[in-house]
Amino acid sequence: MTIQFLGKTLKNTMVLASGILGNSRDILERVHENGCGLVTMKSIGPEPRDGHKNPTVIDLGHGMINAVGLPSPGYLNMENEWNDLEKRDFPLVASIYGGSVREYQMVAEFVSSKKPDFIEINISCPNSEKHGMIFGVNPQSSHDVVSAVKKVINVPLIVKLTPQAPDIGEIARACEDAGADAICAINTVGPGMVIDIESRMPVLAFKKGGLSGPMIKPVAIRCVFDIYKAVDIPVIGLGGITTGEDAIEMIMAGASLVGIGSAVRYRGIDVFQKVADEMEAWLSDHHCSHEDIIGAAHKEK
Amino acid sequence: MNTITDQRHIMLRVDEKQLENPEFATLFFNYALPFKPGQFIMVWIPGIDEKPYTISFHSKDRFAITVEAKGIFSQKAIGLNKGDLVGIRGPFGNGFDIKSDGAVAVVAGGCGMAPLAVLVEQLSENTCFIHGAKSKDYLLYQDRFDIERQFCTDDGSFGRKGFVTDLLENEITLGRHFDMVYTCGPEIMMYNVFNICEKHHIPCQVSLERYMRCGFGVCGACVCGKQVVCKDGPVFKSSELRDIKDFNTKALLKSGKDVDLARYFSWRCK
Repeated sequence: MTIQFLGKTLKNTMVLASGILGNSRDILERVHENGCGLVTMKSIGPEPRDGHKNPTVIDLGHGMINAVGLPSPGYLNMENEWNDLEKRDFPLVASIYGGSVREYQMVAEFVSSKKPDFIEINISCPNSEKHGMIFGVNPQSSHDVVSAVKKVINVPLIVKLTPQAPDIGEIARACEDAGADAICAINTVGPGMVIDIESRMPVLAFKKGGLSGPMIKPVAIRCVFDIYKAVDIPVIGLGGITTGEDAIEMIMAGASLVGIGSAVRYRGIDVFQKVADEMEAWLSDHHCSHEDIIGAAHKEK
Repeated sequence: MNTITDQRHIMLRVDEKQLENPEFATLFFNYALPFKPGQFIMVWIPGIDEKPYTISFHSKDRFAITVEAKGIFSQKAIGLNKGDLVGIRGPFGNGFDIKSDGAVAVVAGGCGMAPLAVLVEQLSENTCFIHGAKSKDYLLYQDRFDIERQFCTDDGSFGRKGFVTDLLENEITLGRHFDMVYTCGPEIMMYNVFNICEKHHIPCQVSLERYMRCGFGVCGACVCGKQVVCKDGPVFKSSELRDIKDFNTKALLKSGKDVDLARYFSWRCK
């Protein structure tokens, strides 16, 4: 069984969320070998950036909080990685971010020349002072950045959205109107904060951070439901997906593909194969296919 | 109080500090930490930073870390005193696969002694224990073990003048048989130990170091070839080391940029 997605053939519906592993060709390949149909690189930015000091990632048991802070070598300093990736035999999403429309365009144009299968623009990161999220909460800004990027790339464009948008369906529609080929939702929820009561200090060095993992799944399901209702382009649904049943639920909300991130912590790097197998088993038990259930929760009974 | 130690920090107060030499200090905490030699914890100094440290002393209700003052965090860490508060998460990673009955060699270089110290305490007396450092003052835990140690120093101020690899080769050449070699120290040293082991068909376990963030295998900061050092390691066996093409060649900076090891370590030691 393979899946067609924006003209590319994927071995299954599993997607590696941006920011998880994704730091080198070798590890992306290992994720692919562990049952992931589509892998995403860590977000690439306009300048070299170290990200925040530690603590940057804390497991809260029911999910995680992180403020890694968009570390990136900078798009012009990744020659080795691009060379390694040129020889890949797995489909790849290059995720990018910027601080202005011009920066998004600059990075996107260069990255497009490196021929990833897709480009994802992160207009939703809560963990930097000046990057990303501002574009994802306003329909006009979303439209501007998507149409600017779309003009300079020649691979399909995925837009990663934030649940902080007051009306995520409206943002998705603005992106679709501007030429986006797919929507990816959701980025982390929040930002939130955890305070250590002994030291009386926020635990994360950046103080606040995005929430992920099982605790955000209901938010993710609702967002994907709203996006599916608002647009015709396909949706990559993610946020707290840990099991095959979670993935089925996400597909019923309207996702064509399902992303996994934090669950790598809870079930290991082979979580992709586990979830894919669990999905297959559920679909076979219920005598239906993946296509049959996309958006199934929208049907009025 | 939180008792699940690998999630949010457990806040502990320093119970005792031992200065090992001008640059090394061992910090003791009274806490029953579940732990296996070779694993590590993330140590948070509120307001400063958080870094991975291996456990260098472990008993039922007490443990310690040994810190080498190299950068901002570690300078601060060796300046901590009894009663100061730190947060810990962990233990993380796999730890050593312990052969408590076989003939083994333990090869320690500099502060690579820290994880091996708790390992040695679980090994039989039939252990060849080799310890090297730049000079006499840097040979950690000089009176700690029942097992006899062979020492070497770069400057000859204690033990033989030379490298741990010379002592290991020497033992093997003299006909001593080993079922396993454990090593921790500078990466070039571990690479040389690994190569000696390969030449003589001896299985080997090496403890690698890379810049870390999460500690549990999701963020990707510490990837080394196809391995995630914090989760799949930090201890790797010969069969894995043969396939890690970044072993002794490449590491990622904080930005994720891959650089040669010389550049990586000059950054790490700032």
